[in-house]
Amino acid sequence: MAGPLEQFAIQNLTPPLFSIGGHSIAVTNSAIFMMAAVVGSAGLLLAGSGKGAMIPGRIQAMAELFYEFIANMIRDNVGSAGKKYFPFIFSLFIFTLFGNILGMIPYGFTFTSHIAVTFFMAAVVFLGVTMIGLFKHGLHFFSLFFPHGAPIFTAPILIPIELVSYLSRPISLSVRLFANMTVGHVLLKVLAGFVVALGVFGVVPLAVLVAITALELLVAVLQAYIFTILCCIYLNDALHLH
Amino acid sequence: MAEDDRKATSDDLDRRLRGVRQAYQAGTGRSSRPAKSGAGGEKLGVGMRVAVELVSGVVAGAFIGLMADQWLGTKPWLLIVGFILGCCAAFLNVYRVAQAEERRSKGSSDKLS
Repeated sequence: MAGPLEQFAIQNLTPPLFSIGGHSIAVTNSAIFMMAAVVGSAGLLLAGSGKGAMIPGRIQAMAELFYEFIANMIRDNVGSAGKKYFPFIFSLFIFTLFGNILGMIPYGFTFTSHIAVTFFMAAVVFLGVTMIGLFKHGLHFFSLFFPHGAPIFTAPILIPIELVSYLSRPISLSVRLFANMTVGHVLLKVLAGFVVALGVFGVVPLAVLVAITALELLVAVLQAYIFTILCCIYLNDALHLH
Repeated sequence: MAEDDRKATSDDLDRRLRGVRQAYQAGTGRSSRPAKSGAGGEKLGVGMRVAVELVSGVVAGAFIGLMADQWLGTKPWLLIVGFILGCCAAFLNVYRVAQAEERRSKGSSDKLS
């Protein structure tokens, strides 16, 4: 029987196509699922926005729901200044959501369970947000690292702490998503192993497995939501500085 | 019948939607926004956020300390300093999460009452 961590193995599905810096690049199962997420989400939204009917059909209602959800999130957390970042945040949410949900399909692969993927996304958000803040406020941006109204002699302690706190953001952002997805899938696999090993009594872990699968679906959606809302909060910090 | 539906204006639709929503609220005694159903999941999310925040701050601080040590050749002092700063930053982050959470829950209860 396959070990609980085998489901996360990256497999080359094609012979190496080309190499960058000594690493041969091939199409992997992770890449296939990322493409599936992009094609699936783009297909859903194109199908939903194509007709533009007054009374939305099922797919259009779904697309509108996604749109309104993210639009409201940005309005509540960033304000009107965040409007122009809507396309990016929406793409981020849909990509993460589809990645998490596609991983719930049996025999699927969860690309968000790899820290390489989540840390890359978090790093792009972090660098982007820092850049936006720097361009918008110039050197005044660094006032983010000193709480307003604190006595000046506390600066040598407060500034390093705030700096480390700021630099820990991409780590917490990426680890949260990666850990949640990995833990959930390992748990499912371990419990599924018990079903086979216990024979007749395997009904008990099977029942638990059904409940955990529902919980995992919830976690999949919730983590995509949390990832996106934290990006909004960071963007708000950079745009408005406290 | 289907033809009539298609001709419905948006005002018409709005009125009907409002009617249905009111009927639903009267029937269940709850607001149309499901405040209760997501509560368990949201709590789970907050707990997870705090746990990860606690770890990531320490990791960030220790990593910066370690890198600075390697760069300046001052092993192990900057690692220790970075670790302590990371702990402080982690607690600061947890405190901020709790603060934001409290503000949010207070805000939503104000809205409900």
